[in-house]
Amino acid sequence: MAGKEARTTHDSALALPVPRRMTTPERRHAGTDAGLRLASLIVFMLIWQLAAIWLQTNTLPAPSVVLARVWQETVSMVLPGHLWATLTRVLIAFAAAMVIGTVIGIAMGRWRRVDAFLDAWLVLGLNIPALVTIILCYVWFGLNDWAAILAVAINKIPTVIVTVREGARAVDPRLMQVARAYRLSRWVTLTRVYLPQLVPYLMAAARSGLSLIWKIVLVVELLGRSNGIGFQLNVFFQFFDIAGILAYTLVFAGIVLLIEALMLRPLERRLTGWRG
Amino acid sequence: MLEIDIACKRYPDRDGRAHVALSGLRLHVRSGEFVAVVGPSGCGKSTLLNVVGGLDRDVDGRVSLAGQPPEDIGFMFQEPRLMPWLTVLDNVLLVAPDALAARARAIELLRAMELGDVLSAYPGRLSGGMQRRVALARGFVNEPALMLMDEPFVSLDAPTAERLRSMLIQLWQRCGSTVLFVTHDLREALALADRVCFLSASPGRVLLDLPIELARPRSPQDADVARLQTDLLARHPELLAGLAYDDQHEPVHA
Repeated sequence: MAGKEARTTHDSALALPVPRRMTTPERRHAGTDAGLRLASLIVFMLIWQLAAIWLQTNTLPAPSVVLARVWQETVSMVLPGHLWATLTRVLIAFAAAMVIGTVIGIAMGRWRRVDAFLDAWLVLGLNIPALVTIILCYVWFGLNDWAAILAVAINKIPTVIVTVREGARAVDPRLMQVARAYRLSRWVTLTRVYLPQLVPYLMAAARSGLSLIWKIVLVVELLGRSNGIGFQLNVFFQFFDIAGILAYTLVFAGIVLLIEALMLRPLERRLTGWRG
Repeated sequence: MLEIDIACKRYPDRDGRAHVALSGLRLHVRSGEFVAVVGPSGCGKSTLLNVVGGLDRDVDGRVSLAGQPPEDIGFMFQEPRLMPWLTVLDNVLLVAPDALAARARAIELLRAMELGDVLSAYPGRLSGGMQRRVALARGFVNEPALMLMDEPFVSLDAPTAERLRSMLIQLWQRCGSTVLFVTHDLREALALADRVCFLSASPGRVLLDLPIELARPRSPQDADVARLQTDLLARHPELLAGLAYDDQHEPVHA
């Protein structure tokens, strides 16, 4: 019985902990929270609709007009094309920033000398305005996708480093001593002892990173790309097309929220399920 | 044979000055022998285990197990030091070189230690005594040639500690590991070990190497153990400094 319950994860080094099942009161709370979120959304749409009716202006189209525009842009396949271009840039920049930021953050948290050497660069990176990085990347590397992605990643990497460095500093040396005492391989030590301690920090970096990156990607596209949501927003701006701006913004924000709700949150729950 | 020959082990103290923790310490342990190391707080007992376990290699001396640096070891610390994100079973399997092959053995071991119902539980949900049992199972799952134990039952209530001692002796007899058991509790040492080595106050060196010839099974509460302690302290009053000789193991059974 106990044997059936138990599951080993050693054969697959990155196996995840079993998520804890919610208790009845927790399920009730989760249901109430979801209801409140939905109610909040409905209230927001109502306020928007009433404001649009009351103001009767082209600068604030009603939600129904914006939703109709979303539908129109979707069936014509214009919106999906731009959405795909932007999402690709977001995901590549996000992955690059997370990997590079994590490696440097761990090194800075782990080795005092690396920290001392790179700290000034980090402060610089944190304080350079995103716009400056974007312009410089376009000037130095040309108006292409790789320059755009590089600019976005450069903006995000410092914040990942700061978060992961804190995590690396908080790693419990007593648990690392267990790994050394039992002569665990470097790989097992990294994946089963070290990285699990960084998970809360990595998740924090990922969640804040996604929200920051998609905003920067729009600016990058607005300044130097010929497709993507940012590019389209610029076109709509030229024509003072507010319904178009709101339609594209709504769809893209919705997609990012879905990524957060369907990917990041479940992943975080799964990775930190042991906390109960 | 475990051979420990430490000329000197220093480490910097808070003021940055070199503090000599161990000096001229020689200790030979036969294969399969259970040796307890006792001594006052700060005499270098834990440092000794860290050196033997390879956790501290900055030492002027040599440690060998069957002529080689010790590699096949188990280590039990003062705290359980379980990975909180791994289940009980995964914590034990973590240290197994081949987890698939060790799985059945680990489950059997955990069941024998009355942990069969919590194989898939996380350590945070277990009591302190259960966590120590998991740590004990982790230490013995590979049936190591050398088991190092650093006051593993400290701060447990007496019945729990006694239960764990009994489990430890069973595991040791089954696996045939050489055990180096550090404690500041003399009666615990006398109840568990084949031999008790007394370390001096810092810098630690062996003051007395005492074979224990009492029949097993023994318990710290046994009258024979209490009598041995009394005799020992009468003959060697210099050992009194800093060790636990209080009546925590009372009552003594005649």
